[in-house]
Amino acid sequence: MSTYQEFIQQNEDRDGVRFSWNLWPSSRLEATRLVVPVSCLFTPLKERPDLPPVQYEPVLCSRANCKAVLNPLCQVDFRAKIWACNFCFQRNPFPPSYAGISEVNQPAELMPQFSTIEYIVQRGPTAPLIFLYVVDTCLEEEDLQALKESLQMSLSLLPPNALVGLITFGRMVQVHELSCEGIAKSYVFRGTKDLTSKQIQEMLGLTKPGATAQQGRQPVPQEAAASCKFLQPVHRVDMNLTDLLGELQRDPWPVTQGKRPLRSTGVALSVAVGLLEGTYPNTGARVMLFIGGPPTQGPGMVVGDELKTPIRSWHDIQKDNARHLKKATKYYEAMANRSAVNGHCIDIYACALDQTGLLEMKCLSNLTGGHIVMGDSFNTSLFKQTFQRVFSKDYNGDFRMAFGGVMEVKTSRELKVCGAIGPCVSLNSKGPCVSENEMGVGGTSQWKMCNLNPSSTLGMFFEIVNQHNAPVPQGGRGVIQFITQYQHSNTQRRIRVSTIARNWADAQSQIQHIESSFDQEAAAVLMARLGVFRAESEEGPDVLRWLDRQLIRLCQKFGQFNKEDPTSFRLSESLSLYPQFMFHLRRSPFLQVFNNSPDESSYYRHHFVRQDLTQSLIMIQPILYSYSFHGPPEPVLLDSSSILPDRILLMDTFFQLVIFHGETIAQWRKAGYQEMAEYENFKQLLQAPLDDAQEILQTRFPMPRYIDTEHGGSQARFLLSKVNPSQTHNNLYTWGQETGAPILTDDVSLQVFMDHLKKLAVSSSA
Amino acid sequence: MNVNQHTPMASPYGQPQPGYGQPGYAPLDGGYPAPYAPYNGPTSAYQPGAPPQGPVRGPPVSGAPPVSAPQQYNQYSHSQGEMQNGPPPMTQAPPRPAVSQSYNPAGMNMTGPPHPSYPQHYGPPPTMQQVTNQMTGMQINSGPPTPAGPGYAPPNSSQPPVSTAYTAAPPTSYAQGPPPASSAPTQPPPPSGPAAPQQYYGGPSPPSQQPFNSSLPPTSQQQFTPAPPPSQQTFPPSSYSGPMPPASQAPAPPVSQPQQSFPPPAQPTFSAPPASQPPAFAPGPPLQNQGSFPPRGPPPSSQPGSFPPPGPPPTSLSSGPYPGQMPPQQHPPPSQPSPYHSGPPPPGVQMPPTSMAQSNHLPPGPPGPPGPMQQPPPQPGMPGGFPPQQNGAFGQVRGPQPGYAGPYPGQPNYGAPAPAPAPAAPAQKRLDPDAIPSPIQVIEDDRAKSTEPFTTGVRGQAPPLVTTNFQVKDQGNASPRFIRCTAYNIPCTADMAKQSQVPLAAVIKPLATLPPDEIPPYLVDHGESGPIRCNRCKAYMCPYMQFIEGGRRFQCGFCSCVTEVPPHYFQHLDHTGKRMDCYDRPELSLGSYEFLATVDYCKNNKLPQPPAFIFLIDVSYNAVKSGMVNIVCEELKTLLDYLPRENPEMDSVVRVGFVTYNKVMHFYNVKSSLAQPQMLVVSDVSDMFVPLLDGFLVNVNESRQVIESLLDQIPEMFADTRETETVFGPVIQAGLEALKAADCAGKLFVFHTSLPIAEAPGKLKNREDKKLIGTDKEKSLFQPQVGFYNTLAKECVAQGCCVDLFLFPNGYVDVATLGVVPVSTGGSVYKYTYFQAQSDRERFLNDLRRDVQKLVGFDAVMRVRTSTGVRATDFFGSFFMSNTTDVELAGLDCDKAITVELKHDDKLSEETGALMQCAVLYTSCSGQRRLRVHNMAVNCCSQLADLYRNCETDTIINFFSKYAFRGILNSPTKAVRDTLINQCAQILACYRKNCASPSSAGQLILPECMKLLPVYLNCVLKGDVLLPGADVSLDDRAYLRQLISCMDVSESHVFFYPRLLPLTKLESDSLPVAVRDSEERLSKGGVYLLETGLHLFLWVGASVQQELLLNIFGTPSFSQIDPSMTSLPVLDNPFSQRLREIIDSFRAERSRYMKLMVVKQEDKTELIFRHFLVEDKSASGGASYVDFLCHMHKEIRQLLS
Repeated sequence: MSTYQEFIQQNEDRDGVRFSWNLWPSSRLEATRLVVPVSCLFTPLKERPDLPPVQYEPVLCSRANCKAVLNPLCQVDFRAKIWACNFCFQRNPFPPSYAGISEVNQPAELMPQFSTIEYIVQRGPTAPLIFLYVVDTCLEEEDLQALKESLQMSLSLLPPNALVGLITFGRMVQVHELSCEGIAKSYVFRGTKDLTSKQIQEMLGLTKPGATAQQGRQPVPQEAAASCKFLQPVHRVDMNLTDLLGELQRDPWPVTQGKRPLRSTGVALSVAVGLLEGTYPNTGARVMLFIGGPPTQGPGMVVGDELKTPIRSWHDIQKDNARHLKKATKYYEAMANRSAVNGHCIDIYACALDQTGLLEMKCLSNLTGGHIVMGDSFNTSLFKQTFQRVFSKDYNGDFRMAFGGVMEVKTSRELKVCGAIGPCVSLNSKGPCVSENEMGVGGTSQWKMCNLNPSSTLGMFFEIVNQHNAPVPQGGRGVIQFITQYQHSNTQRRIRVSTIARNWADAQSQIQHIESSFDQEAAAVLMARLGVFRAESEEGPDVLRWLDRQLIRLCQKFGQFNKEDPTSFRLSESLSLYPQFMFHLRRSPFLQVFNNSPDESSYYRHHFVRQDLTQSLIMIQPILYSYSFHGPPEPVLLDSSSILPDRILLMDTFFQLVIFHGETIAQWRKAGYQEMAEYENFKQLLQAPLDDAQEILQTRFPMPRYIDTEHGGSQARFLLSKVNPSQTHNNLYTWGQETGAPILTDDVSLQVFMDHLKKLAVSSSA
Repeated sequence: MNVNQHTPMASPYGQPQPGYGQPGYAPLDGGYPAPYAPYNGPTSAYQPGAPPQGPVRGPPVSGAPPVSAPQQYNQYSHSQGEMQNGPPPMTQAPPRPAVSQSYNPAGMNMTGPPHPSYPQHYGPPPTMQQVTNQMTGMQINSGPPTPAGPGYAPPNSSQPPVSTAYTAAPPTSYAQGPPPASSAPTQPPPPSGPAAPQQYYGGPSPPSQQPFNSSLPPTSQQQFTPAPPPSQQTFPPSSYSGPMPPASQAPAPPVSQPQQSFPPPAQPTFSAPPASQPPAFAPGPPLQNQGSFPPRGPPPSSQPGSFPPPGPPPTSLSSGPYPGQMPPQQHPPPSQPSPYHSGPPPPGVQMPPTSMAQSNHLPPGPPGPPGPMQQPPPQPGMPGGFPPQQNGAFGQVRGPQPGYAGPYPGQPNYGAPAPAPAPAAPAQKRLDPDAIPSPIQVIEDDRAKSTEPFTTGVRGQAPPLVTTNFQVKDQGNASPRFIRCTAYNIPCTADMAKQSQVPLAAVIKPLATLPPDEIPPYLVDHGESGPIRCNRCKAYMCPYMQFIEGGRRFQCGFCSCVTEVPPHYFQHLDHTGKRMDCYDRPELSLGSYEFLATVDYCKNNKLPQPPAFIFLIDVSYNAVKSGMVNIVCEELKTLLDYLPRENPEMDSVVRVGFVTYNKVMHFYNVKSSLAQPQMLVVSDVSDMFVPLLDGFLVNVNESRQVIESLLDQIPEMFADTRETETVFGPVIQAGLEALKAADCAGKLFVFHTSLPIAEAPGKLKNREDKKLIGTDKEKSLFQPQVGFYNTLAKECVAQGCCVDLFLFPNGYVDVATLGVVPVSTGGSVYKYTYFQAQSDRERFLNDLRRDVQKLVGFDAVMRVRTSTGVRATDFFGSFFMSNTTDVELAGLDCDKAITVELKHDDKLSEETGALMQCAVLYTSCSGQRRLRVHNMAVNCCSQLADLYRNCETDTIINFFSKYAFRGILNSPTKAVRDTLINQCAQILACYRKNCASPSSAGQLILPECMKLLPVYLNCVLKGDVLLPGADVSLDDRAYLRQLISCMDVSESHVFFYPRLLPLTKLESDSLPVAVRDSEERLSKGGVYLLETGLHLFLWVGASVQQELLLNIFGTPSFSQIDPSMTSLPVLDNPFSQRLREIIDSFRAERSRYMKLMVVKQEDKTELIFRHFLVEDKSASGGASYVDFLCHMHKEIRQLLS
């Protein structure tokens, strides 16, 4: 196993890829019997400090429907200066620039350690990055002030040549002109009217109706000049914009008692999208939407302005009682698609105590690769630091963001791609390697990711199409190539190519090997993605049932047991953790909506389907550390039995960081022992989890909610809801143990779950 | 008849004076002048027509009439009038009263006997002949008229209508009929009037006149004299006789003459009557005469003198046919007056024995008793022989004119030939313009008469004319400044009303500004329960409520319902049944007052917010280039300190907002907390909205800095704009939405330049199509192009959003459509075609200043309640009506008048009279909800004569013009014109038939109070709206149409009959006496100031004295006068100072600033100026006064036969 673990780790480090199976069954039939599909988590822009980009362009296979990139797996005839495509077997001559090629003088892309390589494309003009702030002004004074400060601060983080724009909205939508001297100008749109992109552009004076037709010669300069009014280089307008932001007022329209402020989020976005569409199509741009409440009027309205009508809950949705849900969702989806087509991404920064309509708006970010950040107020460090971290830079001093990514997948003949799950949209590119069987976003071999960052991870699903009766030759390898084109944050166009190969194995004869090549972590995350993807469109219970069935089938396939004897059930090491992941997944907010608002669910799912494997696993099964006088900090079981009076627990659920002081510790702390010199060690104990938490906080995006609580504290619920309820009020004394804390829940514990699983797995009827 | 003759006369003149001929009208007037130089010219022109006549009538007429006219006036005017009256029989004491004067054109002609014959002859001609021609004219007239051209012909006829009756035959008729009538009329202070006629007679009379001569005759005769000397005089006189003449005093002579002339004829017989007649005229005309008159004296005299000469010719003519007629005619006139006489009548009547003459005479007699008032005389006067005077006039005129300066001055111009007395003689045939009723005379008479404050307590009493300065004391009826009625005695029954065709209407100016010496309406607070009202009809507490049962209840004067008096309002009654506190409470003792409204009277039951003013400025290329944007912005900086307020101590509570626009809208945030204003562009013009609330409407003082910064920057921002397209509908929508958002009423000031062709609601296309003019489709050009603005207007009204539109067009902008909203919301439209910063700046700024500063009420609803029996059925003005009773005005300012037409729906009783209560609920500019109540009681009469005796022509014209201008929306313009003429003819025919003493059918007899109806009506008919010239754009017509629809009587009066002042001599405390609006009255050596309420011209004669030029322009040379100057140089000499004072005072009087235009004689611009000489034939085909009078006479005769 160690070999496989190392192999997996090495592959992840080098190519940013984790496959569910690292040996591939050689036929379609066998593959389906494996239950967990051949699939992978792929992080296209995984940070590779050790990988300098090459300054030339990739060499492509000359076959029109292939165009695979030359890679280390290709057979090369150095003498003939010919290479054979390992996907279509087309023989291609090297381009003239490769004339000097030889066994001893190989280009980087042919070296095995460069299975992932990055090219810089020199062609074409480079466009500056564009940041368009779309700011809700229906905020409390304090919130608005904080937001204004954050925005002003952000100006200093932008590259000087980046273009910025500002749209504010409340009851009306204002597009601010930044180029003007003297009077501050803005264009105003009514918040209730759905305008087409063309109308918006006309109203902004971006197109002169008729003018372009008449004077076809000069449309370009005109447009450029016009767009300049709203999108200006930071270095030129930062003073102006800082003042503008400073003078930003709360929405001046009176809000009568019992009403919500009228918030035209829908139109504001439409204007933002329309503006960019008209001025900088196919250029990397980031629309950053800051909202302090739900859209309450116009297209995209999520809830009416009557406070007596609460915003939809899961209950309402299940009862089909959410009036605006479908319409609003449809509206935002259409907008997200438009935006995606133009390569612009949309971030949503929602800070409010109540829901803000993320459920309806999530697609804006999901489809365009934008961020969603949810907080209680703009005046919190959660928002401030998260926002700041959007502009964090990598080791090269470049933003950790890339735009307009297009990822293409090439597969060797034995397999086809079924789909992808992650922050992407289909580009509907049909090809020979596209499977008819869709999983996630399928039916294409190309996906667009308007915005990427080093942790953006896609779940890719494949299908083995090799027929059972046409075995793969021994030693043959399946190959997958990921070609990701994107605009780097320094405005360069780049192409990153990862070529991955795995051995084929005959599932009948080599099932052991296949089993041992199982990456249960990756598989858990991939299955979770599938589940979450289904949950978006299916009823919760159906998804759980599906997951359960998959789990049972997997256990039946790989478990060792005697029929009808649950106690005899055993799983190999490579699968041992898998059921536990599934147990926690079933309880996770990604699939359970109880106790979560629709917005929260959307928020959690949004992040789940884009983080890399490690983060995803944390989300599925939070990590629990224990701090006590009994020894160094250690990870402990995510179980109620871990909650002991003399421990401090640190739980990381990705979204929350909970520091939980056990009963005794809490009492000590209350008594103030940590202030006494003689209890310095206690002080250190208290400090230890804080330091660890700080470390996590520093690196995580979005910043997790930081919770410091103690035994009996109301916030302790965050911990209690996550741990396995091995002790409940139902079984508290049956075990006769005194350790741990009982959880007041009717949820089944892992033990019960496993028992039941075994029972079903061994059952012949299942 | 005579009148008709006038025209003919023209010809006659023409002959003598070729020059005149063409001027046609001018000539007429010139008629006088003609004698001088002018005539010759004109004459020639006329001649064609006239020529034939010329020989015969022509000479006599023309010559004679003029002269006589003056005389008449003179006579009428005052002394003479009376004097004459005395002599005659009548005294037309009360000039005004003189209801009718009859012109006997025919009469004129007539020799006594001939009359009958004349009528016939004249019959045809009558129309025209009016005066002079009568004789020959009569016959000739017929001829002449025609020659004159269609236009003339009719006009001629029209002339007759004037006031007097022309009767060819008149003689007889006059004699008989008139007397009685006249007697009745007594009112006619007429004495004077009659006198005038007499004068005429005098002229004519020579033979017969003599009697007249005694008093009037002379004058009238003067003119006549020349022509008719004896017999002729008669003719001319009779026809044009007095009536007309009086009107134009200077010309008056002629006018009066006609009338008088009539009398004259009669006179012979009724010698006495003649005399009286003159007086009658005098009343009306007298003034004029007087004014100018000094001349009178002279004129007469001169006339006589002159007459003789002319006379001869005329005489001959007249003598033949006319002589006889003449007399009769004259008589008739008197008859008319009769109505007035009524009082005095009896006596008068007898006297008048004969028609006109008698009447006049009679009055005189009676007058004595009744007082000069007895207008009756005037009537006679009217009839007075025009002819004679005219003839005489010429001769005399010349002489006098110079003296008069005013009146005749013009002549001089023509006059060069002046000496041409001779020509004059020939002119005789023509109807003497001076013999027909002169507006100037009437105005001057009224002025002279109105020395005491006018007290409103007496029911049925007509107030002084709008041209008169007088003080009002509110004693229970609304001041005439608030309400003017067409009639102060309204018929008891619908039948009578229908028969008379006199429109029953009131022109109400609810928020009129009062002069400083009058007290504005008191504000009454009836407490929380609101104003006390009748339970049934909801009329507000007013002096007409009768308290009964010891004061516990009151009976409504309108519907007779009895209502309990609320305890808090209870008060004991005194022994007369009046409440003890009657004089402590404005609502019980005054005609006008205000109530504080309670929340029940507010929209949505919420007390109103203070109003807001929003300035919406077009910043398209044209607007910037013309300098408009710059000027507006610059001006607003200071103007904002003068927003309307009720308490001068306090800051105005009116908030302001700013918008600029081209094809998109720019709103501005000028919140006081901002360092710089912010501009908010709204491009979505298809669905207008207001982008901001807080910061858009601000208090001027709080945001002063930001506003100033904004106003500084607007011109800069758009200095380089290339946008030429504009929108308009969304502009108003924007303002409306802003007011809606702020939940307040307010006013939009829109500064707009061009046809809104940009894609937006309310987009318009250019539809100006000259080809449609005159067709049945013409009306569509006055209708809005799209329905959008009507809907928008409705919304504006609902919100209390008043729109004032300032237009700066360089081409067609479709005022008819753009004006819909302003007109429906009680707003105003200002138009500055081809605006140029340099020359139009002052006018625009003054208009703007006044418009911004003037007191205005918002969100107003006006309701007119009347006593049972009549009902307000129709409303004219700038407002919107969603039902048939409530006049809704988004804004109502102090210059807006609403004309209300009343109709019978039952009988009225003479005892109770008819009551009218106009209540206006509005929000004051300080945001207070108030009710302004105006009460008006008028008498009811069962005698038509009473109706005619107490009506007001100016108000009738106001009504007619509004009625007609609305009519053109639905009917072809021609039909509207015909309707007007027809109704006018019916009114006068009804009078002739029912009130005037019997007289020859050929005699034109006009009610004293309506003797100016024809001339004014002609002005309406030939105005740009109803009869556009080739150079009048559709926009101008639409603009005027809308403008007039909300004018009050005073403005409509000066608009239709401009004020023309001779400036030769200026006295420090009074204005020079105006002269009639005719080229004939202009003297080549003079300088004249003409004012229409919209325009101000300074006409400079070609041979003006150097000294005058130095005084006015500071230059000694005519050629060095810069015709483009818009203000006079400030020179340190009394003349210049006084002139500028006068100009300033004129401007102050009018609601719109009048740009001064300097017109040099024979300069290109003189064409424009001539357009306003409304008594002349107009370039667009409008009839001259004389011609129209003849035409009217013909119409009347047709109706009578």
